[in-house]
Amino acid sequence: MSGMIYEIRDLRLSFPDMAHKPVFGAAPQIEVLKGLSFDVPKGEVLGIVGGSGSGKSTLGRAMIRLLEPDSGTIRFEGTDITHADEPALRPLRRRFQMIFQDPMSSLNPRRRVGGIIAGPLRLQGVQDTSAKVLEALDMVGLPRSFAARYPHELSGGQRQRVGIARAIALRPDFILADEIVSGLDVSSQAQVLNLLEELVRELGLTLAFISHDLSVIRRLCSRIIVMYRGEIVENAPTAQVFDAPQADYTRELLQAIPLPDPDQIWA
Amino acid sequence: MRDARSRVRRPIGLRLWLSGGWITLLIIGAVLAPLIAPHDPLYQDLFAGRMPPVWVDGADPNFLLGTDSLGRDVLSRILYGARLALTVALVAGTLTCLIGATLGLIAGYYRGWVDMVISRLVDIWMAFPPVLFAILLIAVLGTGLTSIIIAIVVIDWTRFARVVRAEAMTQGTMDYVASAQVVGRTKAGTMFAEILPNVLPTIVALLTLEMGIAVIVEAILSFVNLSISTDAPTWGGMIAEGRTSVHQAWWVLVFPLITLFLTVLSFSQLGEGLKDYFDPVLR
Ligand SMILES: Nc1ncnc2c1ncn2[C@@H]1O[C@H](COP(=O)(O)OP(=O)(O)O)[C@@H](O)[C@H]1O
Ligand SMILES: [Mg+2]
Repeated sequence: MSGMIYEIRDLRLSFPDMAHKPVFGAAPQIEVLKGLSFDVPKGEVLGIVGGSGSGKSTLGRAMIRLLEPDSGTIRFEGTDITHADEPALRPLRRRFQMIFQDPMSSLNPRRRVGGIIAGPLRLQGVQDTSAKVLEALDMVGLPRSFAARYPHELSGGQRQRVGIARAIALRPDFILADEIVSGLDVSSQAQVLNLLEELVRELGLTLAFISHDLSVIRRLCSRIIVMYRGEIVENAPTAQVFDAPQADYTRELLQAIPLPDPDQIWA
Repeated sequence: MRDARSRVRRPIGLRLWLSGGWITLLIIGAVLAPLIAPHDPLYQDLFAGRMPPVWVDGADPNFLLGTDSLGRDVLSRILYGARLALTVALVAGTLTCLIGATLGLIAGYYRGWVDMVISRLVDIWMAFPPVLFAILLIAVLGTGLTSIIIAIVVIDWTRFARVVRAEAMTQGTMDYVASAQVVGRTKAGTMFAEILPNVLPTIVALLTLEMGIAVIVEAILSFVNLSISTDAPTWGGMIAEGRTSVHQAWWVLVFPLITLFLTVLSFSQLGEGLKDYFDPVLR
């Protein structure tokens, strides 16, 4: 074993460009991921940053195989899952989970919170689901009574906690978090980030955290991948990215961050 | 932790009470017609023809809503007519819903070539004018209860297919569907367990609307004598007969007309009411 959760080589993925589809014949392809290679070691908190449309979500969704790449390889704990079909993926699915950006649309409005968290457990044949649901609610700091609530009865921050509870209930090895705080107000953002930090430590999770916000990434992540138009322009430890950025695009991003502490201006 | 978002018990709205009440009353009347109808709906008494309803001068208290020109009891005929109307509503409505909603759900969720085939079919189907279609079908199939039901199903499944497809498509793009895939739910499992419950209120509203439409179609076909061929009482038939003698005996026309109107209205209101009631999200 290599100690790597993910090994990704020359990953390419394109979407059909429906806007330029000729009346007859196939639509031209737009390449969104242009040959990405990187590793994710066990226990790492990896930040993926880049502008809107740079392909961050597409990369994330390819990693947990919601999308199938055109070419290249994705190895998850040594297993090649690049083109694995759903039945082959099913046993692996409990080991990589995802937290979604929009906690409203990612929670089925017709299920109670308890059912939402229990769903993955039941599907994966876990015994004693109700105890596990309560445990998950405890871990994300929601009152147990929330199991009987519907998503629309919760605040944005609480909904995102439910999304986190659903993802950790199966005790996965890897979690993909795609812009999970961008829809929240500043104080809920901080709370959700604290919670995530805590869970990563307690459960020994490997986390890929997608964001367009470098200040959020800086707090949470040990390594940063910077994406620009479907390519990785920088892949380095957090400190190095902030102290000695290699790519021009990274420098641009850094300049766009508002200074975290106004006193620094005078220092 | 209690806040403003905690569960509010929603009162059952007035329109749900009224429409549900009328439909329930009608169903009881139809089922128990042989027991509660005061007279044989087919019994003619030419000496008791055109008796007015009880509250009008010169009425016979035996005939609550009066009699028609052949001396048949209007109330009994309405009750027996309800049996046919509700049978058509229930059977045609359910079949239309099953066929249309299933195709719409599959097209909207699976997309791809399945969607292409189903959507084309719906487009072609809807190019036919429905009334012409109905008359053509009855001409081919002959009159009778089964023919009416087949005609309604064949014409109206597209309404379900179209609406349910659009709804399923919207739901299919939601992240909760992706999240079901992330935990390994099968495609078909996702359709039934995640998408269907979200489309169900729309389906229920369409279903009751369709039942109302079925009642109207049955009445229209009876009105032009294309419904069932026996002389079993139908609301449409009663309206047709009542129309010819509206100046001498308005009640023969007015009572079945009111019953028809209330029934169709109740079905459509029931659907809207149920849709609101079952929606956990206060829209
Ligand atoms: N399902 C899709 N079909 C076609 N194009 C898509 C699809 N998903 C994403 N794209 C395109 O791929 C590019 C990258 O999108 P995305 O990965 O969502 O970027 P990011 O998450 O970094 O904002 C965008 O230009 C987007 O328009
Ligand atoms: Mg994105």
